[in-house]
Amino acid sequence: MSGSREAILGAIRKNHVQGERARPAVPLFDQAAPFDLKALFQRSLERMGGRMLTPDATDPMAPVRQAIVKPGPVLSCVPEFEGDMKITPQTKPTDIAPVEYAVLRAAFGVAETGSLCFTEKQLHVNTTGFLPQHLVILLDPAQIVYNLHNAYQRPEWTQAHYAVFQSGPSATADIEGVLVHGAQGVRSLSVLFHPAS
Amino acid sequence: MTAELHEELTDPHADQLDHGAASSRPLKSRISEPQPRGAKIRGNRPVDQSEAANRFMAATEHEAMHDARLWDLRQKRDKEMHGIEEWEELRDLASGIKEHTLSKLDYYLELFEKNATANGIKVHWAKDGAEHNAIVLDILRSRGVELLIKSKSMLTEECGFREFMAKNNVEVIETDLGERIQQLDDEAPSHVVVPAVHKLRTDVASVFAKTIGSDPDNADAHYLTECQREATRPLILSAQAGMTGGNFVVAETGTFVVCTNEGNADLSANTPPLHIASIGIEKLIPGLDDLAVFIRLLSRSALGSPITQYTSHFRGPREGSEMHVVLVDNGRSERLGMEKFWPGLKCIRCGACMNTCPVFRRSGGLSYGATYAGPIGLIIDPTFNVHKYRNLPYSSTMNGSCTNVCPVKINIHEQIADWRRTLAGDGEISPVKKVMMKAAGEVLASPVVYRASLPLGRSALRHLPHFMLYNKLNTWGRKRDIPETPKQTFNEWYRKNRKQPGEGEKS
Repeated sequence: MSGSREAILGAIRKNHVQGERARPAVPLFDQAAPFDLKALFQRSLERMGGRMLTPDATDPMAPVRQAIVKPGPVLSCVPEFEGDMKITPQTKPTDIAPVEYAVLRAAFGVAETGSLCFTEKQLHVNTTGFLPQHLVILLDPAQIVYNLHNAYQRPEWTQAHYAVFQSGPSATADIEGVLVHGAQGVRSLSVLFHPAS
Repeated sequence: MTAELHEELTDPHADQLDHGAASSRPLKSRISEPQPRGAKIRGNRPVDQSEAANRFMAATEHEAMHDARLWDLRQKRDKEMHGIEEWEELRDLASGIKEHTLSKLDYYLELFEKNATANGIKVHWAKDGAEHNAIVLDILRSRGVELLIKSKSMLTEECGFREFMAKNNVEVIETDLGERIQQLDDEAPSHVVVPAVHKLRTDVASVFAKTIGSDPDNADAHYLTECQREATRPLILSAQAGMTGGNFVVAETGTFVVCTNEGNADLSANTPPLHIASIGIEKLIPGLDDLAVFIRLLSRSALGSPITQYTSHFRGPREGSEMHVVLVDNGRSERLGMEKFWPGLKCIRCGACMNTCPVFRRSGGLSYGATYAGPIGLIIDPTFNVHKYRNLPYSSTMNGSCTNVCPVKINIHEQIADWRRTLAGDGEISPVKKVMMKAAGEVLASPVVYRASLPLGRSALRHLPHFMLYNKLNTWGRKRDIPETPKQTFNEWYRKNRKQPGEGEKS
């Protein structure tokens, strides 16, 4: 309510007892970054409950096919893999609900935390990241950054309306600390290193 | 209800993992025991935390699980901390960034409003909980919303949002498992990060059996989680609106950020055509460089996990949908002007101070009878209602551990001491404490009386029968052994060993 806006801002201006405090400069903390970020990314992803697929030089999409073990519709959002379903301009967020596997490409990865970044550009319909039962994700190893400081230097944050770090599958431990994957979102998350074409 | 157990749920690989809120070792409860309930709320009368704490401690299985589970989270946090060389530097930065933002909060709020509005977000301002609820109801009514899905938010707890919506015929469904358990049991969350941590698996089984039709004899955590997933999913798909909180608000980009482990905030925000986010005005930070610091600290401090499974950034509505942000004051602008207590506004709600606090771990979050429990609650709750929460600042051993683990370096234990002084100065002190303090004051005011009293006290402590020390008046004797008393006072020892002849004694 417009009166409240002025009242709140007015109260804040009146109550600034702390005086102005300087804004600290935040370093990137990346001097110790290893040259090969793939190994660190893999360790971090597995720590968060994700799985790495083993690449196949002769048949690059074979690991994706092998990861799809359960019956049900497969939605592909990548040109490299043919699924049973495709996103069209008519696809609604709830249409993703029956999907068993979605195959996606991540915008980039973060080695420190094993995180994968998706924006609406990769997801097409945002629920693609959350309503399927399982995700199989392609990640270009050239698009891995070392830590979160480096990650927030990327251009996605000011281009997309929605951006998410997924770090492993959906998880809960709200009952006696017992880890359960697939609380509300995806039950499993697998990643294949695969350069973007 | 029969929930199909997917094989991921029994994945042996998962047993070795301890990410998210998972415990690092199995902590299975052994027996079923009635769940102790929280503090008795009697209108505006001061909450008696120790009464509720005693009932929690009497439920030994609950107390043991709660204590072990939270201490395990604290230990996981320490392990993560030791893996990051720049940890202390990050804490300094986080504290500095928050202090800077709070010192220019009006500027950053207006900057956020400008950038968010430019990206298509509708920004609202609410001075208190009632106005927040009215704004949200107005948005929902004008769009004919009857079913709202929601992710966890402490702010909406502050506002009494669910109760308000229930009275206005809007069905609200919490989608975080812990929060849903608490909603179905008609109980407030007991912890800011793990809302049902005070419940045993058998308590959850009995709540779910009554409310979503699970097997009352099956208290397996995997089974119960799956039952909740299957019961909630159709509601997520049919809701007309979704609601989230916000962990951080980035002024320079007009972005708000939500951190969850279950992905429920992303589902709540991305499935229905309308997304409303309720956010406290203290959540502002300047830019993305600053955000990195907080994302690195939050989950590590809270759960000892490197990051939450989902870190979601909302900068504008998706095509064909609406996005609203309600910025809520509810006492915060007033707190900003409190010389001693404004640094409490730096809090990022990680719960690390709760996990480390011996009083919290033994007494359970509901014993505080307030939205915020544990050490951070002791210094925030009195700003909402000084009379009702006047006893809370005494629920502390003053060991300072809360201050040591706080990722934004809030001087929590010093503020607890300051609250005790402030409350005593305002006459907000219980009659028993008043009598004890008066007597203590008289003894401490005179060195002669003080010294004379010491050998008596010492002798009394050594010779008094057990029941006289461990009784109802001496709250410190409860669940605690008083240490062996020394045979002489320091003064006696000093006089015998060090005192040079001729030195006078001042008194």
